[in-house]
Amino acid sequence: MNLFEYTISELRKLLVRKELSPTELTEALFSRIAEVEPKINAYNYINHERAIERAKTINVDLPLGGIPIAIKDNINVRAEPCRCASKILEGYLSPYNATVIEKLIKAGAILVGRTNMDEFAMGSSTENSATGLTKNPWDLQRVPGGSSGGSAAAVASHEAFCALGSDTGGSIRQPASFCGCVGLKPTYGRVSRYGLTAFASSLDQIGPLTKTVEDAALLLEVISGFDPNDNTSEKMPVPRFSELLETLSLKNMVLGVPKEYFIEGIDGEVREAINKAIAHFESLGAKIEEVSLPHTPYAVATYYILATAEASANLARFDGIRYGRRSKHYEDLLDYYGKTRDEGFGSEVKRRILLGTYVLSSGYYDAYYLRALKVKEKIKQDFSSVFKKCQALLTPTSPFCAFRIGEKSNDPLQMYLADIFTIAVNLAGICGLSIPCGQSTEGLPIGLQIIGPAWKEEVILALGHLYQKSTGWKPPIPPLEKT
Amino acid sequence: MEYEAIIGLEVHVQLKTQTKLFCGCPIEYGALPNSRVCPICLGLPGALPSPNKQAIILTIQTGLMLGSEIAPRGKFDRKNYFYPDMPKNYQISQYDQPLCKGGAVQLYPLAFPKDAQKDPQAQSRKKIRLVRIHLEEDVGKSFHFGDYSGIDFNRAGTPLMEIVSEADIRSPEEAFAYLTALRQILRYGNVSDCDMEKGQLRCDVNVSVKPIGEEKWGTKCEIKNLNSISAVRKALKYEIQRQIHILELGGEISQETLRWDDLKGQTFPMRTKEYAHDYRYFPDPDLLTILTEGELIEEAQKRIPELPEEKKQRLSQHYGLTEYQASVLASDPQLADFFEKAAAQSANKVSVANFLINDYLAVASESETAIPIPPEYFSELSNLVDQGKLHMKQAKEIVKLMVTEKKSPTLIVQEKGLAQITSLDTLDAICKEAIEANPKSVADYRSGKTAAINAIKGYVMKKTKGQANPKIVHELLEKKLHELG
Repeated sequence: MNLFEYTISELRKLLVRKELSPTELTEALFSRIAEVEPKINAYNYINHERAIERAKTINVDLPLGGIPIAIKDNINVRAEPCRCASKILEGYLSPYNATVIEKLIKAGAILVGRTNMDEFAMGSSTENSATGLTKNPWDLQRVPGGSSGGSAAAVASHEAFCALGSDTGGSIRQPASFCGCVGLKPTYGRVSRYGLTAFASSLDQIGPLTKTVEDAALLLEVISGFDPNDNTSEKMPVPRFSELLETLSLKNMVLGVPKEYFIEGIDGEVREAINKAIAHFESLGAKIEEVSLPHTPYAVATYYILATAEASANLARFDGIRYGRRSKHYEDLLDYYGKTRDEGFGSEVKRRILLGTYVLSSGYYDAYYLRALKVKEKIKQDFSSVFKKCQALLTPTSPFCAFRIGEKSNDPLQMYLADIFTIAVNLAGICGLSIPCGQSTEGLPIGLQIIGPAWKEEVILALGHLYQKSTGWKPPIPPLEKT
Repeated sequence: MEYEAIIGLEVHVQLKTQTKLFCGCPIEYGALPNSRVCPICLGLPGALPSPNKQAIILTIQTGLMLGSEIAPRGKFDRKNYFYPDMPKNYQISQYDQPLCKGGAVQLYPLAFPKDAQKDPQAQSRKKIRLVRIHLEEDVGKSFHFGDYSGIDFNRAGTPLMEIVSEADIRSPEEAFAYLTALRQILRYGNVSDCDMEKGQLRCDVNVSVKPIGEEKWGTKCEIKNLNSISAVRKALKYEIQRQIHILELGGEISQETLRWDDLKGQTFPMRTKEYAHDYRYFPDPDLLTILTEGELIEEAQKRIPELPEEKKQRLSQHYGLTEYQASVLASDPQLADFFEKAAAQSANKVSVANFLINDYLAVASESETAIPIPPEYFSELSNLVDQGKLHMKQAKEIVKLMVTEKKSPTLIVQEKGLAQITSLDTLDAICKEAIEANPKSVADYRSGKTAAINAIKGYVMKKTKGQANPKIVHELLEKKLHELG
């Protein structure tokens, strides 16, 4: 078995027993990157030298001692560019570490590089990147999903052992589903957002993308926790997720299947794979119950009002005055702002800023923003209700498998519907996990989403782990042949 | 036609906290540009605000001191607009749930400008009502150099308390008094030093005029760039006249934002830089709701000192001072404190008060926030006079020397040999000499011009370098002159 194929938990054992050195491991990963990157283009930035330097002296007894990790390009790492895949942050080097980065460094992880994404996390395919196009490892003519497409593609093609991504409407789970790896969105407030370039402040969360659920639990443990620098992070104790993976009993467990997530329009093979996964849980002893989340049809609209409103303010700071790219020719101050931002932002970002500005403007605030907040509450209540009788929900992560590059980029609304099953989880502030549960006849991965109540990541992780263990899951190696 | 002015004031006060409102950067006036900044107050990608508890407490404290209603829940909102001095291109402020609502500022005679303190309007004890008090972050400071501008973000993120008054003010003098009274309370509460020169207190005024008796209010104009309390008075005086003049000629007032030019003594329309006034306020999703009940209000209450009105009453009653004397001493909490320490060591409290009010304040520097000499100097001085070692005129001179040389009165008396001469023998001899040296004055006095004694007295005072006790000298001279027959 090649070194690059291993999972974190397997590597930890080898490193601690000194059967493997961090330097060896890191070099092996860089070899894989050199081999595969030209086809995948998952990385925006790689720092080989610094990673090897750190690998030489790292203490392997730390929780993630010696484990290389890739970071999504919107998370701040000191002295690294933080481009968020945008032109407007050309040349910007971050002077500080995000809290999650501090935690990773403290835990002994080795930062390898930064992964590609949709610009400012706005997108579902990583096609909205100003820094290059990332391919789906299972079909190089298809998208890896988004916005954490680079992280998912890197993990799935084994050019990263694990990665961090961010999820505002499905941006960790959907690419994990498209690429065939594991992706987790923690409960809102579980992981500090300090140092994550903000898209929608009330929805964003940083989470792990890994090869196995076990690895995701390890990573989540390290990055979670209250942060005084993030007023929205909660003072909830962090369970030892990796130790709780096998403590779940399926007896008496009720898994809900929300009927609104099994509508017309889901790809036939996706539906089949999900039904099979549900049947599998039933065969293991769980009780399956059909439930209803009646406000589901309003989720996408609610999201695109609230998220864009917050984004319109969060992205206002990008004006080239203190950092980033400035327009070179302008008539006056207003023209300066207009040109700098017009030249620096991609069209999807501009579209969302305009939308967000509109819904907040005088005369429209009540009809859109305020009303959307009320619907958000309703959506949250839908989940609270069903969680009174279910411990978790099972749904498809995406209505379809990875689509072709360029297929949806001319129809923003079609693109928005890609997040239809993941979005409500962000609006409700609860947790969601996507795990691979099959492949289409074309060999494209299919993702199963396991949704849990707020603060119950250990439940969805245990369910995911159980599935992987009982189906003998081994992270596959994509052939990477189709060019 | 008689007109009256309707005036409202919007004051921004820089709170006296150690660090900024949403980050740990220290607040330091005069630091090198962009040396007191961090990812948060620079609006770097990924930075998040963390609220400064002390700033919230000081704002609640101010509301309590001014009789406002403290909101049980306060929230922060984003005020969105683009300008180079705004790091995030939105300002974190409070929109519809300010920390404090209502309240009032009590005017008092000494708050009015010196030349208006005896006016009827100064005696009215009027209360100017407040609309609200809220908390927001300050922006950076722009500097213009030829064909480019620079921005210093040291000030960005400083906590500001915005105090909005109702349009209850009716004259430039009342505006002056409102600001003086407000500043007094803020200094008392140790909420801000309110030094306008350092930008710790900024004021914008709204003013309109209307014919007396007319119910409908006129169109108001806003005046900005007022750098001192007296500038506020001057600007209002000018602007009220300007508006009345236009109306008298049959014209209309256009709603404008004006800039006060202190050198020219005029208001000028500002070139509007704001293109849209739709700030698209929405609750800041990065910050939690502030729950004021419990710890925050309790902490704020603990910080409230004896307020000016209470202090004036108490000083007056306890030390036997007049309302005027108590008012002057209470005008600055440090001065009042100083007085009480000095009075504690002197039998003659009123005398101490008088030295402070009449002599110290005359020579005290406006810019010094603390009295540079210890209170004991004043009690010592007062005791020296009571013991007959100094007479009043000498004592008043010594106050000046105490301040400039920072020495105790006893030391000054010793060094300058200023001890009062009261010995009858010594004085007798000098008086005799004075009479012999001033035959004309003596003759004048004897012919009925009693004021001529002053010239002879002057000779004695000159001879004794002012140390002779004037009263004794006067008595001795009178006696001798009468003896001459």
